[in-house]
Amino acid sequence: MSVPTSRPVVSVPAQPRDREATGAARGKEAGHWSDRPWSKRVGRVLLALLLLALWEYASGRWVDPFFLSKPSQVWARLVRLAGNGELFLHLGVTLQETVLGLLLGMAVGVPAGVLFARSPFLSNIAQPFVMAFYSLPRVSLAPLFILWFGLGLLSKVMLVFTMVVFVAFYNSYQGVKSVDPDLIEMMRSMRASQRQITRWVILPSIRSWVMASLRLNIGMALIGAVIGEMFASSRGLGYYIQYSSGMFDTTGVFTGLLVVMVTAIVLEALLGWLDRGVLTRARFERKRTSSLPPGRGS
Amino acid sequence: MLDRFNLTVYDGEFVSIVGPSGCGKSTLLRLVNGLIRPDAGEVFLDGRPVTGVPDNVGLVFQNDALLPWYSVYDNIRLALVMRGVPKENQPRRIHELIAMVGLEGFADQLPGTLSGGMRKRVALARALAYDPDVFLMDEPFGPLDAQTRISVGQEFLRIWQSLGKSVLFVTHDIEEAVALSDRVVVLSPRPARVIGDFSVDLPRPRDFYEIRFEPEFQRLHREIYQCLIQEAKAAFSPARGVAEGVHAQ
Repeated sequence: MSVPTSRPVVSVPAQPRDREATGAARGKEAGHWSDRPWSKRVGRVLLALLLLALWEYASGRWVDPFFLSKPSQVWARLVRLAGNGELFLHLGVTLQETVLGLLLGMAVGVPAGVLFARSPFLSNIAQPFVMAFYSLPRVSLAPLFILWFGLGLLSKVMLVFTMVVFVAFYNSYQGVKSVDPDLIEMMRSMRASQRQITRWVILPSIRSWVMASLRLNIGMALIGAVIGEMFASSRGLGYYIQYSSGMFDTTGVFTGLLVVMVTAIVLEALLGWLDRGVLTRARFERKRTSSLPPGRGS
Repeated sequence: MLDRFNLTVYDGEFVSIVGPSGCGKSTLLRLVNGLIRPDAGEVFLDGRPVTGVPDNVGLVFQNDALLPWYSVYDNIRLALVMRGVPKENQPRRIHELIAMVGLEGFADQLPGTLSGGMRKRVALARALAYDPDVFLMDEPFGPLDAQTRISVGQEFLRIWQSLGKSVLFVTHDIEEAVALSDRVVVLSPRPARVIGDFSVDLPRPRDFYEIRFEPEFQRLHREIYQCLIQEAKAAFSPARGVAEGVHAQ
């Protein structure tokens, strides 16, 4: 509806079409090196190298290596442990406990959260109990769990479970609570059953909450597994850390800690990759279902 | 919220309800839809009292209430699934509806990537897919800008004229109400009563936009506005305000 005039009062310059695409919309010049995808990775590696270099330099000059060890010693230990297979034994045991406990905790916590959020009666009654158990320092349960579930795998899995289940529970509870009530009403106005409401509205909308809790819980699960192993065990990263510290072997302690950290990073990255994979597959399926030839409108 | 309220909608009739905001228009629709129960009194549908959510009533929301994680295609499919339409019949019907509301080529888009007017079309397509006997519409064109309102309104009127279903349409826009309806019912401020019932004797099929320039349209528009404004004035007079304050305690 533009009226042609000889002198425009307001003139809007044409926007470059690729402004959004280059990620330059946030006020940076297009093509700035810090926008490039590789710059993030290079930055991370540089930071890690800087910290390691500082550690290497400080140890032996500012602090006695007996207390601090050295990256070069840790690396040498790592190579030795990998060579004789000890690394994979301990790592395997810890990973097994972590993953089993994590899955169990999510499998119990997420449905429980949904159930509580959907039933005010249940949540009213049980809320203080959940809170009471949540506020227990889970570490103090470790001796009890070893008594109840033995020295083996089960006691660690249960400890991981108690670390993980509450985060899963509260996240999925909160996720259900934050579902748009209009969407529920829309479903009810079409006589949807509880199951249909769950399938179409609740589950898709808590998806991001569950993913967030899963990410948080990777760290929690590792903590649980390592602590469990430190109390009573003959293998696992926690056992190795505990054993090394008993021998005043700081290199061993740091090696164990480093492996725990790297494990957390790798698991997290794996999860992110899995998440994106699932997303693209879902989008692909949607394309497939709707690629039929359009019918004629009546 | 509703007081001495009595309203009858006949088969195939398009009835609009106009009233000041917060007077209980949306509550009325939710009563008819069985989503809430009246404290007293009864709602009848086809001569039977409404107890649960009836299966021949469809509600269109003020915000579109589309599922943001599903495509246009799946949002429309939802209504067919709720209706128990067999899987093999769904794709054809969905593409028909998408064509009907003019969204060809957008089947795979998520609602978040569409404009307000397009989302409204999806919501209409979903309501049409549900295929109720009575459409309940809660200010469906409310959040749209003026031009989009007219284009979506035009399309909706065209589709409705080919279907001939009953519509109970809630709005605060008198023009919209007159342009669409066979009858316009005016409500008072809270507690809502029916204070006017205007029969719209304009020929059909109508054009949602052009009809506004008819003298009869303008006469009705003025009358309905007068009716609405009188009651609103009374509501804000000091005497009424005090009386209500006492009543509330």
